[in-house]
Amino acid sequence: METVKPTNKTPIPGPEEQEPQTSMPAPASPWKEAFRELKKNKLAIVGMFIISFFILIAIFAPFLTSYAPSTLNAGPRLTSPNLNNWFGTDDLGRDIFTRIVYGARISLLVGFFAVTGALIFGSMLGIIAGYYGRWVDMLISRFFDIMLAFPSILLAIAIVAILGPSLQNALIAIAIINIPIFGRLVRSKVISIREEEYILAAKAQGMKSGRILIHHVLPNSTAPIIVQATLGFGTAILEAAALGFLGLGAQPPTPEWGAMLSDARQYIQSAPWTVLFPGISIMLVVLGFNMIGDGLRDALDPKMKN
Amino acid sequence: MSKPVLEVNGLQTHFFTDRGEIPAVDDVSFHIQQGEVLGVVGESGCGKSVTSLSIMGLVPDPPGKIVGGEILYRSEGKETNEENLVELSKKRMRQIRGNRISMIFQEPMTSLDPLFKIGFQITEGLRNHSNISKKEAHRKAVEMLTLVGIPRPEEVVNEYPHQLSGGMRQRVMIAIAMSSDPEVLIADEPTTALDVTIQAQILELMQNLNKEKGTAILLITHDLGVVAEVCQRVVVMYAGKVVEQGSVRTILKNPKHPYTQGLIKSLPKLSERDTRLYSIPGNVPKPGSIKNGCRFAARCPAVFDRCLVENPELLQLEDEHLCRCFLYDNKEGGGKNGETALTGSQRP
Repeated sequence: METVKPTNKTPIPGPEEQEPQTSMPAPASPWKEAFRELKKNKLAIVGMFIISFFILIAIFAPFLTSYAPSTLNAGPRLTSPNLNNWFGTDDLGRDIFTRIVYGARISLLVGFFAVTGALIFGSMLGIIAGYYGRWVDMLISRFFDIMLAFPSILLAIAIVAILGPSLQNALIAIAIINIPIFGRLVRSKVISIREEEYILAAKAQGMKSGRILIHHVLPNSTAPIIVQATLGFGTAILEAAALGFLGLGAQPPTPEWGAMLSDARQYIQSAPWTVLFPGISIMLVVLGFNMIGDGLRDALDPKMKN
Repeated sequence: MSKPVLEVNGLQTHFFTDRGEIPAVDDVSFHIQQGEVLGVVGESGCGKSVTSLSIMGLVPDPPGKIVGGEILYRSEGKETNEENLVELSKKRMRQIRGNRISMIFQEPMTSLDPLFKIGFQITEGLRNHSNISKKEAHRKAVEMLTLVGIPRPEEVVNEYPHQLSGGMRQRVMIAIAMSSDPEVLIADEPTTALDVTIQAQILELMQNLNKEKGTAILLITHDLGVVAEVCQRVVVMYAGKVVEQGSVRTILKNPKHPYTQGLIKSLPKLSERDTRLYSIPGNVPKPGSIKNGCRFAARCPAVFDRCLVENPELLQLEDEHLCRCFLYDNKEGGGKNGETALTGSQRP
């Protein structure tokens, strides 16, 4: 490789900058370039810090606290934050800091599995609908429309009501209500990419449509899917918290943030820390994912490139 | 003369839409000899592109469908093997497409997949048609890039499409099309999206490939200048039909069909800089809107009664010079008069 490196010391632009064809930096894959773009976005960096922080405390939970999340009477009931119980204790004397730390595991796992499930099934349905079109598309799209016609939390409540309240069922419900969101996105992307000239060119090279679908259509649709998945993470965590709050998600004594909020809501005036810390945690995680998602959207959008 | 490598006979490609059946290509016939450059000229919407897609078997279905005619492809081998592309199985068609008959498109900016390196895209078709090793593929990619005159091919194989200019990308497209050493190359307006200097380079490249490799080229264009530059024979299409066909020399020097005459007349000339550029009055009729009579009748300067009721046949004027116009139909009245009328003032 003979790319001429501009010498940093001289302010005069090197001759290579006048010729557009040789001024290109070392060939970068579109993904690397997107990452480079993402690193320029300060909000996205903040988001990544927040999420990394929560991932780390989730992994190292047992090392961060000497209590177990469900130990009763780790301190006096409803004590305000102090040196022994950093975030105070709840009505059963459990250490709130410990519960928050362990709750991070639950929230992140719920987000991950709900998004993965929705992504896999949604993408499959979306690809089938977008690629085969006609009545298959009609059928799948109407199915999506019907699901989207319900307020999502109501649908989740209905699904959990059928399956029975538990964290696992809440997760399934969240995955299901997110299927049409991914499905519609993938479908519309597949439809637009199917008409691209490079797809026609690939066909003109004698490639099978299955190969074209996997090697050309799908990779070109990934950018918006990644963005949606990141944003979906936040939504899924929020929905899990909402179901937990309604008593339809994680069951006591699981330290789920939404459920913690619900348990503590009668003490909101006498012991505000019981609601404050789970609330802040939910907010921070969702905010973090949204910031990364927005950053990714900008980084992956070809129109934003100069 | 040997038999043509590609022969299109009475091709009819129709589109079935909500507004009814639209004959985009209606009874088109032509042939390409081995190693020949054939131009297909016509306005937008006259069916040039649909013709080329029909040959490749890539007409979007639905709504398009080849409803009649045949496309004969003769492969060279120990014995000549004749196949009708319209009737081939999907599998056999895939073997021919991109391998024996290749195609390049109008828009080089969007014809390459933005996510893959140039080298990968050049050899993707090859690896698809034959099993070759990675190393061999890389060598072949560099060889093809050198063939199409890309500077620093060793580096370009590892670059992405967005790092190349339009002209470079079109060269890459040609490299992809030529990588399997096809017998026929279909070029659908390959230079329309490029600026003039690059156009000339691309045309020169295609001419060189034609001479060196003996690849027959079907060049689809709306630019008579391009035709004059590179083609040996030319087919003029109007509203889905062939209206005139012949050698480039005949067509450009002595056009017979009023449409061809109009086309040539509307070319800008250096000597007449101040005069207003000639244009054929009216617009291309909507495909399928004309049921009876000659499709050009509404815009024809030499139109007479018969043109409005009867559909003219393709007449043979000389060897190899065909024209679809009643002016040259001597059997019945009107022909002679029409011709003299035309040779008077309206002749360019």
